[in-house]
Amino acid sequence: MAEVPEHLLKRSQERRQALGLPTDGDAETPVAADGGGATPPPPPPPPTGGGDTPAADDAAEEPSDSRIPAHLLARSKKRRTTLAGGEDAPEGGGGGGTATAVIAPPVAGITGPGGHTQRLLTVVKSGSIQQTRAEAQDKVHTWPHLVVIEFASMLIMTAALTIFSALVRAPLLGLADFNRTPNPSKAPWYFLGLQELLTMFHPMVAGVTIPGVALGLIALAPFIDKNASIKPTDRKFAIAIFTLFLMMWAVLVIIGSFFRGPGFNFVFPWNDGIFFEL
Amino acid sequence: MAKGNGNGSSNGSANGNGSSNGSANGNGNGSKSRARVGAVLEKTDEKIRGSQAWLAIFRPGSVYRRGYTDSPRNRSYVIMNNVLYHLHPVKVKRHAVKVSYTLCLGGLSFFLFMLLTVTGIFLMFFYRPTATSAWSDIQTLETAVAFGSLVRNMHRWAAHLMVLAVFLHMCRVFYHGAYKSPREFNWVIGVILLTLTLLLSFTGYLLPWDQLALWAVTVGTNMMGYTPVFGGSVKYVLLGSKEIGNDTLLRWYVLHVLLFPFVIVIFMAVHFWRVRKDGGISGPL
Repeated sequence: MAEVPEHLLKRSQERRQALGLPTDGDAETPVAADGGGATPPPPPPPPTGGGDTPAADDAAEEPSDSRIPAHLLARSKKRRTTLAGGEDAPEGGGGGGTATAVIAPPVAGITGPGGHTQRLLTVVKSGSIQQTRAEAQDKVHTWPHLVVIEFASMLIMTAALTIFSALVRAPLLGLADFNRTPNPSKAPWYFLGLQELLTMFHPMVAGVTIPGVALGLIALAPFIDKNASIKPTDRKFAIAIFTLFLMMWAVLVIIGSFFRGPGFNFVFPWNDGIFFEL
Repeated sequence: MAKGNGNGSSNGSANGNGSSNGSANGNGNGSKSRARVGAVLEKTDEKIRGSQAWLAIFRPGSVYRRGYTDSPRNRSYVIMNNVLYHLHPVKVKRHAVKVSYTLCLGGLSFFLFMLLTVTGIFLMFFYRPTATSAWSDIQTLETAVAFGSLVRNMHRWAAHLMVLAVFLHMCRVFYHGAYKSPREFNWVIGVILLTLTLLLSFTGYLLPWDQLALWAVTVGTNMMGYTPVFGGSVKYVLLGSKEIGNDTLLRWYVLHVLLFPFVIVIFMAVHFWRVRKDGGISGPL
């Protein structure tokens, strides 16, 4: 049996309470019991007696042939007795409380496949007959919300870079001279970590193997890290490893940049000065 | 105002007294003449916006055709009718516009790349990649070319900054777990982009042909020479000879101004495209 959406059940219950009908037994009906209750003026129902009798006759006369589930028939019968027992709300008969909603007064010539003169209005889940989006996403227009941020960050970056460039000159040392090796000779700063490794390992390990493997491992990170969660609390190991890697790299670059002097020997920048050009 | 009158002179004469327009304006015949000027301007505006050239330049739906009033429809049209904005979807997730989430690092990397392209083209006008003239060209650029020193400084500092920005962007993406499915491939593209950024920076390092450039590159290429099996060939291909020299300079210049930018633009295109195809930027933590 299809589940009836929460809000429909609630509305149905409210309607029943308003009509003073029992609410417990019929609460989980799969049938749109509140067809009349949804709109303030309910569609004019057929006269209670005239609408009920033929339907009742149909159901009563051929219960075996009928495709109406037995429990619905039982409920309909119960409802009818309730109405007969003195309930005088006229809307109740048409759309308020019954499991079946009578669409039109039965016309002699028009009958359904099983000889029915009534239709069931059932609740059909929206996903079963039409495609609906899985969930609505909280979105904003790119213009102006994102574009404005991008524009501001571009302006700030341009201004900062222009001011910095106006104040700080890019280094230009003397003409390249193969006969005069500066001491120390340093690679660009982003390779100084590698140059630092050169002091510890064979050049093939420091210059090729380690950076190659490191870059390869980084590139393969999504295939190594099978953990699907992006919550930091679920990723302690990945975050720890990556942070460790970053820290190690930063320390190597900083040592290579500021703590290496003539002969690439270890120096303290506050004692011997800085041997570093950007 | 005078400009507006000049523009609409043909309209003015059609009205009857085009010549009196300007003088009436001067002696404060107030709102009447202002209204007339306004009408002329409006007519001119209509004429320009209705012209074939205008309609040819601005596509149907462009805000330059019908003017911009703030509506969801026009907000979408702004993005759809601009080739640069068109990199973006019309709508983005609300958390994606939070500066505290992305720190703008990816966008700034791209912006620095554009800035480097523009300043780099400027530098190319004054630079010859030969061992005899490279260094003196830069000297001349710094001393004798208007804004030469400023643009060179900007190019250099932006290059360092771009390496930093790309690297930090990678860290940001890692800490957000944004490389996970379905973004695995885009992460790999990103690592390639990082490598290309380093190569771009490193090839540019040699071009000034000063002591710093020469020996930094010597250290770097010596390391590459230790590649197993074909280390010697790698070094030879990179240097264009046994030693750093004229051939190296030309080779690295071409790599720096043509080959690597060409390749990185292709990878950037794939990178941006995949950002959108993989569902925009990753969700909040």
